[in-house]
Amino acid sequence: MDYFLTEEQEMIVETAREIAREKIIPVRAELDEKNEFAASILEDIARADLFGIFVPEEYGGLGGGCFEIVLALEELAKGCVGVATTFAASALGIFPVLIAGNEEQKQKYLPDIAAGSRWAAFGLTEANAGSDASGIQTTAVLDGDEWVLNGTKQWITNGGEAQIYTIVALTDPSKGARGASIFIVEDGDPGFSYGKKEDKMGIRSSATRELIMQDCRIPRDRLVGRKGTGFITVMKTLDVSRPGIASLGVGLGQAALDEAVTYAKQRVQFGKPIIGFQAIQHMLADMATQVEAARALVYAAARHIDAHPKNMSKVSSMCKVFATDMAMKVTVDAVQVLGGYGYMKEYPVEKMMRDAKILQIYEGTNQIQRNVIGQELNKEYA
Amino acid sequence: MELLVCIKQVPDAKDVRLDPRTNTLAREGVESIMNPFDRHALEEAVRLKEAHGGTVTALSMGPPQAEAVLREAIACGADRGVLVSDRAFAGADTWATSYTLARAIDTIGSFDLILCGKQAIDGDTAQVGPGLAARMNLPYVTCVQKTRDVVDGGIEVERMMDDGYDVVRLPLPALLTVVKDINEPRVPSLKGKMKARKADIPVLSAADIGAEEACIGLAGSPTRVVNVFSPEPRGDRKIFTGTAEEQVDQLIEHLRDFL
Repeated sequence: MDYFLTEEQEMIVETAREIAREKIIPVRAELDEKNEFAASILEDIARADLFGIFVPEEYGGLGGGCFEIVLALEELAKGCVGVATTFAASALGIFPVLIAGNEEQKQKYLPDIAAGSRWAAFGLTEANAGSDASGIQTTAVLDGDEWVLNGTKQWITNGGEAQIYTIVALTDPSKGARGASIFIVEDGDPGFSYGKKEDKMGIRSSATRELIMQDCRIPRDRLVGRKGTGFITVMKTLDVSRPGIASLGVGLGQAALDEAVTYAKQRVQFGKPIIGFQAIQHMLADMATQVEAARALVYAAARHIDAHPKNMSKVSSMCKVFATDMAMKVTVDAVQVLGGYGYMKEYPVEKMMRDAKILQIYEGTNQIQRNVIGQELNKEYA
Repeated sequence: MELLVCIKQVPDAKDVRLDPRTNTLAREGVESIMNPFDRHALEEAVRLKEAHGGTVTALSMGPPQAEAVLREAIACGADRGVLVSDRAFAGADTWATSYTLARAIDTIGSFDLILCGKQAIDGDTAQVGPGLAARMNLPYVTCVQKTRDVVDGGIEVERMMDDGYDVVRLPLPALLTVVKDINEPRVPSLKGKMKARKADIPVLSAADIGAEEACIGLAGSPTRVVNVFSPEPRGDRKIFTGTAEEQVDQLIEHLRDFL
């Protein structure tokens, strides 16, 4: 379907597609098997200027928005959701600075992010704070000219690989969520270290690790936005980032569909290619319809968000839920179309099915997304 | 460091056909790409520029549509592209092509290092690089698999050999032809593509480069293609089986029959 992209947006798609085809697809199975972080691919992505697409031009970026990120992520995800997740997580990590950072912070960090010479990560989740983010226990106390952070962040994408971390910590524990603030912690800061490296079901080329802050001392000017506004920034960040996760679902669903159709045209049973059987045709037809419907919703949501509406939570959650549930279903069906071959690691759909699962879990589970949609409906019909 | 890369637009190797009348490559309706070896030459030039400063000029001789590979070169990091194009160049062999390129390079500037792909995948002659060096009276090394260092007005490179490699140091200016092992070319960048889209690609004619009529195109080309054909598959084949020793014994026995 023609989504009427601008020439610049077409270039983004083409560039991300070339990265996927030339740099990601040839090595994705090996990265998955070895649980290996794809550092050299990130360098390729950086050289292609893709890290700059969402950074304003005055900081060396290309000045794109949510829609441009969505376009790039969709193509990268066709190659490997693990690599695409690494890219998406770096964007997520720097969004708080873009949304709430001051001019000095933007000057200091955004040019490096745009150039791809430094990557970011977002530190919100803790052992007791997953879906209920207000349960965080990491604290930050001002001591003279320094903030002192204590706590452990869990399952942090790009942990140990990124150089810039945006960490959510309580500056006033008595106020709960209203006492949270965001801080920039850099790799190498005193008292900042990395813990357990996770061994995951899918997206194994992405790094997922604990962040440990033990009397971690950072300069006073690393506070992002005003004290106590951390959760507002977190919510704004997730509103803008969720369509990115949704687009990973679209890319993954499309890639699984491509594999399934290609296979169904080649595989001969009962004397003809299995695509000639209605049972297979209908599965493929449903898969294709769902992928296209998800893409249309994600693109529409991203364009809506780029118009800076007052409320974007509902559409942001809708596209995340729809596209990632779609990716799970379509990848399972792709394995089914390939039958026994689909279950084997020689074919890419096995990895795609494993990769799909996380999309329904991270950046807000799909149950939490439905909560958000439901709450918004409740407000709308008041 | 002023660098120049010679780039040829070639038909995509996935889709090669011969024109049965002229015995030359059919170019109509075939997708054109940048000669793959030239992509590696370009990447090496861009890396040398990144390490040592200077500029990269991409040069191509070809029909007007060859402009596309020069835009691609700019997207991949070249600073500018120059197209040498004139109906009078048509039918040039490697002798006339090297003359034309040499005239063009003399016209557009002076360069410390000229890089070419080892060969083009259409003609496969591997003659234009060395021919160009000879025309320009430059030292050259073919089949370079690595540029080691740029020191004291010279460059040290590794030349790929059947068994290992030679280390060659040559003074600049010089010319290198490169093999694919030298690097892994980058994907064109977004900013590069935007620059490429807007770039002005000057086109030089035979008159612009002061080329003599007798030296260019068909007139300047001593090569005549007499016949091009696909070899008939040979019917007589024999496959030996068994251990390596047994196979060798069988082979020697078999060869004896021909003595």
